Amino acid sequence: MTKQHITATINGEEAEYLCEPQETLLDALRDQIGLTGTKEGCSSGDCGACSVMLDGRLVCSCLVLGVEAEGKTVETIEGMANGEDLHPLQQKFLEEAALQCGYCTPGVLIAAKALLDINDNPSETEVRYWLAGNLCRCTGYDKIVRAVMSTAADMRGA
Amino acid sequence: MNEQPKQFKWVGTRTIRPDGVDKVTGRAMYGADLTLPGMLQGKVVRSPHAHARILSIDTSKAEALNGVKAVVTAADMPEAESKPVAAGEAMINFRDLAENVIARHKVLYEGQTVAAVAATTIDIAEQAAALIKVEYEVLPHVIDVLEAMKDDAPLLHDHIFTGGVKPKPEKPSNVANRVEFALGDVDAGFAAADVVIERNFTTEPVHQGYIEPHAAVADMGQDGKVDVWCSSQGHFMVRSFCAGLLKIPMSKIKVTAAEIGGGFGGKTTVYLEPLAIMLSRKSGRPVRMVMSREEVFRASGPTSGAALTVKIGATKDGRITAGDATLYFQAGAFPGSPVGPAAMTAFAPYDLENARVVGYDVVSNRQKVVAYRAPGAPISEYGVESIIDELAVKLGIDPIEFRAKNGAKEGTQAAYGVKFGTIGMQETLAAAKATEHYKTPLGPNQGRGVATGFWFNIGGESCAGIRINEDGTVSLTEGSPDIGGSRASMAIMAAEVLGIDVAKVKPSVVDTDAIGYHFVTGGSRVTFATGMAVVDASKAAIDEMRARAAKIWDVDVDGVVWEDGHAKPASTNVGDFEPMALAELAAMANKTGGPISGHADINAKGAGPGFGTHICDVEVDPETGFVTVLRYTAVQDVGRAIHPSYVEGQLQGGAAQGIGWALNEAYLYDKNGKMENAGFLDYRVPVASDLPMIDAVLVEVPNPTHPFGVRGVGEVPIIPPLAAVNNAVAAATGMRFTALPISPPAILASMAAKN
Amino acid sequence: MGSNMSGMRYEAPGSVDEAVTLLAEAKGAARVLAGGTDLLVQLRAGMISPDLVVDIKKIAETRDITGNGSGFSIGASVSGAEMGEDAKLLAAWPGVVEGAELIGSTQIQSRATMAGNLCNASPAADSVPALIAAGATCTVAGPKGQREVPVKDIPTGPGKTSLGKGEFIVNIKLPARPTYASDAYLRMIPRTEMDIAIVGAGVNLVLDDSGTCTAACVVLGAVGPTTIIVADAAAALIGSKVDAAALAAVSVAASAAASPIDDKRGTIEYRTKVAGVLASRAAAIAADRARSK
Repeated sequence: MTKQHITATINGEEAEYLCEPQETLLDALRDQIGLTGTKEGCSSGDCGACSVMLDGRLVCSCLVLGVEAEGKTVETIEGMANGEDLHPLQQKFLEEAALQCGYCTPGVLIAAKALLDINDNPSETEVRYWLAGNLCRCTGYDKIVRAVMSTAADMRGA
Repeated sequence: MNEQPKQFKWVGTRTIRPDGVDKVTGRAMYGADLTLPGMLQGKVVRSPHAHARILSIDTSKAEALNGVKAVVTAADMPEAESKPVAAGEAMINFRDLAENVIARHKVLYEGQTVAAVAATTIDIAEQAAALIKVEYEVLPHVIDVLEAMKDDAPLLHDHIFTGGVKPKPEKPSNVANRVEFALGDVDAGFAAADVVIERNFTTEPVHQGYIEPHAAVADMGQDGKVDVWCSSQGHFMVRSFCAGLLKIPMSKIKVTAAEIGGGFGGKTTVYLEPLAIMLSRKSGRPVRMVMSREEVFRASGPTSGAALTVKIGATKDGRITAGDATLYFQAGAFPGSPVGPAAMTAFAPYDLENARVVGYDVVSNRQKVVAYRAPGAPISEYGVESIIDELAVKLGIDPIEFRAKNGAKEGTQAAYGVKFGTIGMQETLAAAKATEHYKTPLGPNQGRGVATGFWFNIGGESCAGIRINEDGTVSLTEGSPDIGGSRASMAIMAAEVLGIDVAKVKPSVVDTDAIGYHFVTGGSRVTFATGMAVVDASKAAIDEMRARAAKIWDVDVDGVVWEDGHAKPASTNVGDFEPMALAELAAMANKTGGPISGHADINAKGAGPGFGTHICDVEVDPETGFVTVLRYTAVQDVGRAIHPSYVEGQLQGGAAQGIGWALNEAYLYDKNGKMENAGFLDYRVPVASDLPMIDAVLVEVPNPTHPFGVRGVGEVPIIPPLAAVNNAVAAATGMRFTALPISPPAILASMAAKN
Repeated sequence: MGSNMSGMRYEAPGSVDEAVTLLAEAKGAARVLAGGTDLLVQLRAGMISPDLVVDIKKIAETRDITGNGSGFSIGASVSGAEMGEDAKLLAAWPGVVEGAELIGSTQIQSRATMAGNLCNASPAADSVPALIAAGATCTVAGPKGQREVPVKDIPTGPGKTSLGKGEFIVNIKLPARPTYASDAYLRMIPRTEMDIAIVGAGVNLVLDDSGTCTAACVVLGAVGPTTIIVADAAAALIGSKVDAAALAAVSVAASAAASPIDDKRGTIEYRTKVAGVLASRAAAIAADRARSK
């Protein structure tokens, strides 16, 4: 059991951690770095609660080995706000009640931001298919989809 | 009788929920997010067999493994007495609960807990778990409810003699109980009918599907005091159950409710908490236990699968003359399926002279069933609403009109015994009929289905504390774990009563040492009962502030009224005093007698029942049987929507769960009684692309017993979708389906048979 | 995490030769890691416990998409998301791209690779039918050097491939594209996303400038232990204008060729019927795409 020493940029800051080869990035974020905002829902890549950005790509951190993050950038929910300024998506989710228990919310926000970063005018269908990998059991997705599209409109200045 | 104020400042507004920023930034702490110094990781050893006797358990190799600090089996738990206890809205036997927490003599389902281990890392805990040797004598098992009722079925318990039958049976069986509710004379009713339709239906067990797996941390000190942190719908229930199971005085157990990632009834009992306490006691260190997703499916409780026969008769002008239903519900390994509530709710939306429902509670070698959002009602009402639809079609009457003609009203005697007070059944039907959705024409291969639903909603015990801080802000404490945004509603109600800005009220869900007993967050009771306690506590604080003003003004307290957040003289006779704002009184608290607060500990009565009507449009691909849900509207009588967004959210979420139940969700078992689809890949809950927008229409028929007219809203919305989808598919395909989930293979096979 | 995973080694070689050496000399079980969306699921479920995991993503030859209508080479580490972002690839081989892009969610797409999907050898793999219909080949590197292998020869049964010890796929190649040629992949799943295919159908065809089909390949997935190439369906298309009669014949041929099982995801009867439906629908889409070029 040899732990590897990993250096990565997490939410814009250099971070180091030790992890065993079989540990996932999710384990490393939660247990080594202490960033518990990213959640474990299924450990099989089916629920999206563990979503993070890895080198600018939306991934399930439960399906990435902790050692694979060496030299890479990782963005988690804790890095989404800019100090006290919430990201427009975070603010909109609060205003539109796009969360109930809040457990899927970090993953959904990371995923939604990844969508708006590449598509500033997604249709309802595009939003739904983009978020198909983020399970929510509380909301029925309605308010989530509305909040994402409404944020996109705001950000376009529409 | 409470007066219903017409104009509100905060009630009915869409405030930002007070726990919201923490939840959108990842700061909120859920069950698995707490780390304590020296904390160990726990792992459970589970039965690989659906039915077996435990012959021996050898933990020696596990205990010897470096890093293992404790191993427990049933030997570490005192024997539990046989007595009924409430687990959410269901009643269970305490001894059965103990067996479900950790098996003593037998295992009754694949996944049942047999032992648990705590170690310094999860890796070591898993290795240790694999080293625990359990010797089983495998026994024949039975899964299906009707199979389990047969005389020659494998017997799960030799102490079960069917209750509710006379004379009491001489032989034990798997039929734990028989219930019956009846009104009038159903035989005469059917004789008077022009059309009678009878069908047999089946449903499969479905899981609540909360995205957060069960998680708990227990930390016991050398003096036997233990702190528990857990994801639960009821931390007082956790304290109560753990105290009873482990024979620890309640005062020595402090339970803190973590933020909870979904429950829907599935977290109204205990699984990991007693094990974590036992391991902490034995190891002398904090222990964290978290279920994997697979364990959630294999080891926590889904709701029942069922077989049911429903028969309804009506005259040709659309009057229902009789309704008769027989329900066979499987309870899983121990008695306690929700067949009782299912029987009570089956015909409750209708004003019937003649009705009868008989229900059987049957054990089988499956996971012990636990509450799931309106337990039992979705199943029974699925059968009833499907036949109501068939009758309407056969009689050529609009399905909403048919229901309105027969629908319950104030004064209706329900088959289960209650006479309805002010209810909103007719109003929801009328609102559904008036929607643009209902008028929209459909295209080829498309169909529309309607269904209604009813749930009692409950009151129960809740407490609240209002403390006026020196700066005029308010700390509101209560003890209902917040599963859907209820803290927002509590702050709204307190602000409304106190007459101050809602931003000045900070609500908290506090631990079991800090407030009095609360029944679980369930039964759609929190906005009603805890809200009532919050209102009462706010009024008590107001009375105290009036007394302080009276003291300052040196007048009788009866001469002081409270208006708009101020103490005022009741009239000019009392004196010419400037009104004093809450903040001013707060600043003077220490001079006028000390800290100002108000408390209420209540057992809320008068919960108002809820009714809903849903409309579902589907399109069925005739070549593949694939069902697309095109459009969905959920109408419900919500009494008064304290925070409309979160009320809408309940309707939308419940509808989504019901759609999943109708189309895709089911527990699948192999021939050894093992669950085949214990993960989110093959246990298929709806994903975002499966659903359309769900229009939530809130109808407000206030409940007269609540200060703001609140009715519970959380459970009704899961009831209509099963039949609404079923009826929509029937309209789209011309074929009636009587088994859930309605799968594309079943649709295609039916189409092939038809052609 | 499986209890016998302590001691698992992770290596991320920078060259093909290093990777081959690591794999060939591994004492115990060794697995290749590209996207990891099958490997990590199996690791977590305790289904596999390799002693060595070789991450190929640092090997330059595995990372790029090169080529154009005269032929493409897609590196083994290239994700479905990257494939969808390559406009030339998408224009030439929309069926191959959509097969790869249907694997899992957006999150899975960022990582999942065709090579991984192929080597995982699930009978229901989404990227495989269209790849085989396309006549794809792959470069296999091993102790004896590199060889070109038709993609259809890689999966040999559920979870089994023809790769030997020390071998791994470096890239997947698609052949040159005539003018009026296109492809399509369709699958049947119980929801709209996130499911393993109950039936998959990949169709690749070439039309001449009169709209007559001159070449075709129809491949079914999830209805047999490996994919099934339906020669009769191709024969029904070749020489036709891909009209209703030809499509009906494709449907009959596909249903006849399917040899599915009953399992928790679908029945024999259902899969057989739907194989025919999807094969003809995919052929119609491929033909429409080819005509609109």
